[in-house]
Amino acid sequence: MVRSRTINPRVRRRAFSVTRPPKSTALTLVMILFLFYALVPLVWLFINATKTQGDLFSSFGLAFGSSFALWDNVVATFTYDDGIYLRWLGNTLLYVVVGAGGATLLATLAGYGLAKFRFPGRSAYFAVVLGAVAVPGTALAVPTFLLFSQLGLTNTPWSIIIPSLISPFGLYLIWVYTIDSVPTELLEAARLDGATEMRTFFTVSIRLLTPGIVTVALFTIVATWNNYFLPLIMLSDPQWFPLTVGLNQWSSQAAGVAAEPIFNLVITGSLVAIVPIIAVFLFLQRFWQSGLSAGSVKQ
Amino acid sequence: MRTTIRPQARRASAAVAVGLLAAGLLSACGGAETGADAGSSEPDPEAAADLDAALEEGGELTYWTWTPSGEDQAAAFMEQYPNVTVEVVNAGTATDEYTKLQNAIAAGSGAPDVAQIEYYALQQFAISDSLVDLNTLGLGSLEDQYTASTWAQVSVEGGLYGLPQDSGPLVLMYNQDLFDEHGIEVPTTWDEYVAAAETLHEADPSTYITNDAGDPGFVQPLIWQAGGHPYTVDGTTVSIDLQDEGSQRWADMWNQMLEPGLLADIPTWSDDWWKALGNDTLATIVTGAWMPGILEGSVPEGAGKWRVAPIPSYDGDPTTAENGGSSQAVIKQSENPELAAAFVRWLNSSEESVDVFLESGGFPSTTAHLNDPEFLEAAPEYFGGQKINEVLVEASENVSTDWQYLPFQVYANSVFPDTVGQAYTQKSDLNEGLVAWQDNLVSYGSSQGFTVEQ
Repeated sequence: MVRSRTINPRVRRRAFSVTRPPKSTALTLVMILFLFYALVPLVWLFINATKTQGDLFSSFGLAFGSSFALWDNVVATFTYDDGIYLRWLGNTLLYVVVGAGGATLLATLAGYGLAKFRFPGRSAYFAVVLGAVAVPGTALAVPTFLLFSQLGLTNTPWSIIIPSLISPFGLYLIWVYTIDSVPTELLEAARLDGATEMRTFFTVSIRLLTPGIVTVALFTIVATWNNYFLPLIMLSDPQWFPLTVGLNQWSSQAAGVAAEPIFNLVITGSLVAIVPIIAVFLFLQRFWQSGLSAGSVKQ
Repeated sequence: MRTTIRPQARRASAAVAVGLLAAGLLSACGGAETGADAGSSEPDPEAAADLDAALEEGGELTYWTWTPSGEDQAAAFMEQYPNVTVEVVNAGTATDEYTKLQNAIAAGSGAPDVAQIEYYALQQFAISDSLVDLNTLGLGSLEDQYTASTWAQVSVEGGLYGLPQDSGPLVLMYNQDLFDEHGIEVPTTWDEYVAAAETLHEADPSTYITNDAGDPGFVQPLIWQAGGHPYTVDGTTVSIDLQDEGSQRWADMWNQMLEPGLLADIPTWSDDWWKALGNDTLATIVTGAWMPGILEGSVPEGAGKWRVAPIPSYDGDPTTAENGGSSQAVIKQSENPELAAAFVRWLNSSEESVDVFLESGGFPSTTAHLNDPEFLEAAPEYFGGQKINEVLVEASENVSTDWQYLPFQVYANSVFPDTVGQAYTQKSDLNEGLVAWQDNLVSYGSSQGFTVEQ
């Protein structure tokens, strides 16, 4: 292959292509810098999760300590305070499965409906959704808190799940994706064959939409997994805390009159907390990539 | 998880806290006067019987606390009173809990029956009419069981808004090894302390006399110890003078160490601080009497090194101040205030409960426990066999009782870093920082409807 390329004048003239971009030392350096930027915190987290609290205080941050206590730390993380960490992990999973799962389902249904059906108020609805994309969830947290408090829903799992069900960005993404990937002719053919709209959606469209759905699922899973501010103000009972708020509580335990620092557990708990999300990411990565490029090329 | 430590999120949460607190205070101003009226009620002898009846009848209580012994105390209580169920909830440590409590109070639902509230924040909740005046339930008769200074802290405008759980008279804890190494005598006056700071840091630039990166929970007790009375509260009239004699006295003394860089720039309670306690970076800490238990439990490297001494004085006067300490209060939202009050009474005055609390390393506020010979005789190995409780108890008797916190102290502490904290970062005159803090507090207090005098 290499040899035939070098003797082909056309290839020689176009030595650079999309798959073989020109080499740039500056760009490579920048990329290496970014790689460090992204990896160093993870490396730090792993290294320090192997230390006892004593080692944490007495050794350099990016070097291993005198002991390798990763397993002890993991066991202690899961058993501290009657295994509250496991409960928090379960809560996070609950919020992710019901909240992010529900958000994906709703976004898919609504985005698809908006893309493929004409009905009165459609553009007004769409404008509201687009506007909602621009409002950060943090800004809505306090009004939501007061609202939920009136409804008596604060300090319950619903106060986390219900707001998580709404993903305007996911809806928008599915809308765009549907326009590109579900040909209206296909739907018409299905209708001619006598399929109901629901059946068409669940047997035909949903398969075409899979990459888009997975992309939205990833977005909402990550958002729900990392959700901090909403549960922070909604929940007061640690039994319902997700990992984010729970770990913060462990961290703040190091201060005050009854201080009981457990920095090693905070660090190990954080390491354990990112493992599932990394796994999900690696597993669904290929869908994510194809989903992101949706709509970028006119076919 | 990165979000847990993202500073923006923390700042945002602080903003909400302040926002909702403000809402709470607006309604507070009306409440302050009713609070004062309610406080004038005489202790009712029949009330004690009512509480006993409530315990017999039973019911359910929610108790917010971050005290490590909270669960065990509640378990012991339920064993003694099987008709009562107490759910212990750790809703956060200190300000985290206050934010949630204030939010629940502002929202009108979701608050616990009983909550742990530190002394400095108690007045804020009391004056916003969020707490039950325990005088109306007969708990005022318990006064002689507690130290004068802790009782003064739970008494606001003639009302009784909590029972003291613990106390934290300021003492000096010092690293005997470091002092010996550099030939430094234990300082008994602040002048000697400043001199020791110089000697030590000159001899070994990696060591400091103590750390202080600017902490309102530390500065105010020191001003208190210096004889300052920066805050005076009378109903809705508040006067603030952070340049009174005592405040200046402290600032002038502390400047001598801050400005030349003799204080380690390590925030108290940070991981660096815990590290510094164990590796001979800090020669002393000025801290509450609850600290020895924490040190013994969490800084094993310091074993045998640390000792306790009375806090240095300005002129030989042994007066000290309270640093930290908590009370348990009954929240007005409680549907069963009698039962809640009965629980608080058991929690902070019964032998069974206080014993559990002491076992976990707490420092009591009850005179009977403080003067218990067994308690006084204790000579922990960790402190080289020193009878540390003798020093601590003596300090608890020397606390001046005339200190008042602001009715918006949680807010005040939250803006400390923006004002006095600036003097710390620039290593400049603390008096200027105090003036900036005062200006901020005066305008905030006025905006909340208080009459603020300077």
